[in-house]
Amino acid sequence: MSLTGWLEQVLSPRARIIVLGAGALLLVALWFPLWEITMFAQMFPEGIRMWVYPYKLVGGKGGADLAGINILNHYIGMRAIHEADFPEMKFIPFALGLFFLLTLRTAIFARIHHLVDLLVLFIYFGLFSLGAFIYRMYSFGHQLDPGAPFKVAPFTPPIFGHQHIANFDVYSYPGTGTYLLGAFALILGLLLAVEARREWAASRSKTPVRAERAVLA
Amino acid sequence: MSRRLVLLAVLTVAACAPESQPEAGGGGGGRLADAREAAQRTFVEPGKLDEYYLFYSGGHSGQVYVAGIPSMRHIATIPVFAPYPGTGYGFDEESKKMLGEFTWGDVHHPSLSKKAGDYDGRWLFVNDNANNRLARIDLRDFKTKQILGPIANSSGNHGSAFVTENTEYALVASRFSIPIPRGTYAPLSRYATDYHGVVSGIAIDSTTGTMTVGWQIVTPPFNWDLAATGHDISGDWAVWSSYNTERATGRLEVTASQRDRDYMAFVNWRKATAAAAAGKGKIIGGVRVMDPREIPGVMYLVPLAKSPHGADFTPDGRYVVGSGKLAPYTTVFDFEKFLKAAESNDTTGSEEGIPVLRFESIKVAEVPVGLGPLHTQFDDEGYAYTSLFIESAVAKWKLGPFDGHDSSLVVAKIPVHFSVGHIVAAGGDTRHPYGKYLVSMNKLSKGRHLNVGPSQPESSQLIDITGTGMKMIYEAYSEPEPHFAQVLKADLITPIEVYPKAENKDPNAIWAAEDGKVTRRGKTVEAKIYSIRSYFAPSEVEVQQGDSVIFHVTNGEQERDMLHGFGIAGYNINVVTDPGETKTIRLKADKPGVWPFYCTNFCSAMHQEMQGYFLVRPAGAGTDVAQR
Repeated sequence: MSLTGWLEQVLSPRARIIVLGAGALLLVALWFPLWEITMFAQMFPEGIRMWVYPYKLVGGKGGADLAGINILNHYIGMRAIHEADFPEMKFIPFALGLFFLLTLRTAIFARIHHLVDLLVLFIYFGLFSLGAFIYRMYSFGHQLDPGAPFKVAPFTPPIFGHQHIANFDVYSYPGTGTYLLGAFALILGLLLAVEARREWAASRSKTPVRAERAVLA
Repeated sequence: MSRRLVLLAVLTVAACAPESQPEAGGGGGGRLADAREAAQRTFVEPGKLDEYYLFYSGGHSGQVYVAGIPSMRHIATIPVFAPYPGTGYGFDEESKKMLGEFTWGDVHHPSLSKKAGDYDGRWLFVNDNANNRLARIDLRDFKTKQILGPIANSSGNHGSAFVTENTEYALVASRFSIPIPRGTYAPLSRYATDYHGVVSGIAIDSTTGTMTVGWQIVTPPFNWDLAATGHDISGDWAVWSSYNTERATGRLEVTASQRDRDYMAFVNWRKATAAAAAGKGKIIGGVRVMDPREIPGVMYLVPLAKSPHGADFTPDGRYVVGSGKLAPYTTVFDFEKFLKAAESNDTTGSEEGIPVLRFESIKVAEVPVGLGPLHTQFDDEGYAYTSLFIESAVAKWKLGPFDGHDSSLVVAKIPVHFSVGHIVAAGGDTRHPYGKYLVSMNKLSKGRHLNVGPSQPESSQLIDITGTGMKMIYEAYSEPEPHFAQVLKADLITPIEVYPKAENKDPNAIWAAEDGKVTRRGKTVEAKIYSIRSYFAPSEVEVQQGDSVIFHVTNGEQERDMLHGFGIAGYNINVVTDPGETKTIRLKADKPGVWPFYCTNFCSAMHQEMQGYFLVRPAGAGTDVAQR
């Protein structure tokens, strides 16, 4: 079968349910942090924490840590981190809603190309958001006020893993939300791979599996 | 044997008075092993926490000190009745208002709030023996929240604060009788007739802890000494020991030591409360004062040897232990027998209409604990502990059976250094004592410490009371001067570490540097100052000489231990704000010139730079106020 033909194939009811289930992860992910950053120092043994949610920034100790981070950062001339400065906080929830609609479209109309559209766009969205996040971190660490009391060399805060900055050990890791979104992409990817493999196996044995299944369906 | 040899032998013996008092018991290796064990028991690793809070009274320093047990490390000072620049207490308007006209107090008896006779960890009440006040410390933030008083009519607030088993009342009695209301004059020659003792019930609001004077009972001019509140069967009652039932004046050490027995007073606070509610008595000094003769059953006296000091209820509330400091034994009264005697009017006389119950009908034991018995505490294994001032020791004795074999009740005694006053066993005045530790608070340390000159500290010794014996395991030196103390299980409370911004209801609180500003209304200048690492906003406050200046200083931090001070050089001001706290200072700008202000409580790497100027333009130099 040609590629275009395959793309017009219809997903099985089980696959549709899996797509729908994966879509639920998008909604669940809205309520979990995408990233978490923890800073330890000798006099902060309990850690100063910040969670980046799809729609908000949350500091540890009931929010106090966000102010704490800003107070510490002002010494090196880093500008204050405010939720309002993050357009991501608006477009990510919107995008996740959009992707949920596309997931519904895929589950209902259920052509392979719907699945491909969804997956490709989602991967693009994911990489774009990650890139924007990295650029934001880069900007915070590089646009330092030259008049600050402490002069430090421009730096990029860690995106993934551990980094030692001045007297702080900074740990930065994806949060539950990111893992949920990753799981969403992984499930769709696997589904597509399974479909592709089935198609490949079918074309090798020359058995018109698809037609049969289409009839049965 | 020749005469000469005998003489030589006698001389040899006579010449050998020891250099120092020989140590009792074994020495050498045994002692060292004990010291190692003691060190292990009391060593709290850096970064690790103590098991108990020790709240000890600071006596005439007017404060309360907090230490940890078993390390005995001093952790914090809670200023109560005296200014304390260390936390800025007594400089801001709120604490100044609480202190009123006084700059000292005399804290003797801290009392933790209770529920069903056990500590509930909400408040600590402390008395001021000097100026007849009572203070409440909130254990949520370890701050003094209220100072009540001077309590009307009462003088020498010694027998206080002792809270009832559900913190309904804190009970207070006068140590020094005076003519009432306070301010009335009567010559000392009319002491017996015109001077009065007063017992007060201080009502405590069960939600807020706010104290108000509920009622007072006027008594003969005895010197009321120490008090205790009952549990269970004795839950409606409080007792006070007394001295000077002779009604003497002058050299009391002699004149008030003539009778062989003084009294313990039994007061039914619940009955007094009901009588006050029924409108008994009359208003004197703004307070409802009742005559015990008009309220049958509200007050009884029981003879007790001689000039008794301590008065303590056993955990089950069944017995009261009273110690006559000039008698070599401590007396145990059976509360059931007291109730029976009171009911059957088993009296041997009366004092100004207050029935005196028959001693023999109520006493169940006179335990020969030793010389100068003062205070008794209890553990969780049925033992009582009595401090022996004259003997400088603590006696451990069994709470029964009280079958006449009183001398067999004493099981151990440990010397302390020196002249012990109060002792406190962990939870030792509750329904369920914790046991394990006892602290002996000694009045004299007599050079057991590094020599610090003639003004010597007191000593507090930690004693392991597990099992049947007692072991000395630590010694600490205390600020003057611990009287009674309270020991609270550390895990019973979870104090806050910052004041949450959302809770700050001060209308003058500000949360951003931009909101820091100086405004003038006529001759009054109001400055709202934001303090945060590491600057003040504004850092410049300019006024005119003669202005009334109000500073509202807000600490914008929400990070624990990020305190900021605000000290103004030359103007005798130093406040310290905790994270999220706002304090108000008022002053008269009467000195022209430029007066630096700065952060007094070290905060951060740029703490030294955290400063500003208070500029006072001399009178007649214009009135514009600089703002920035």
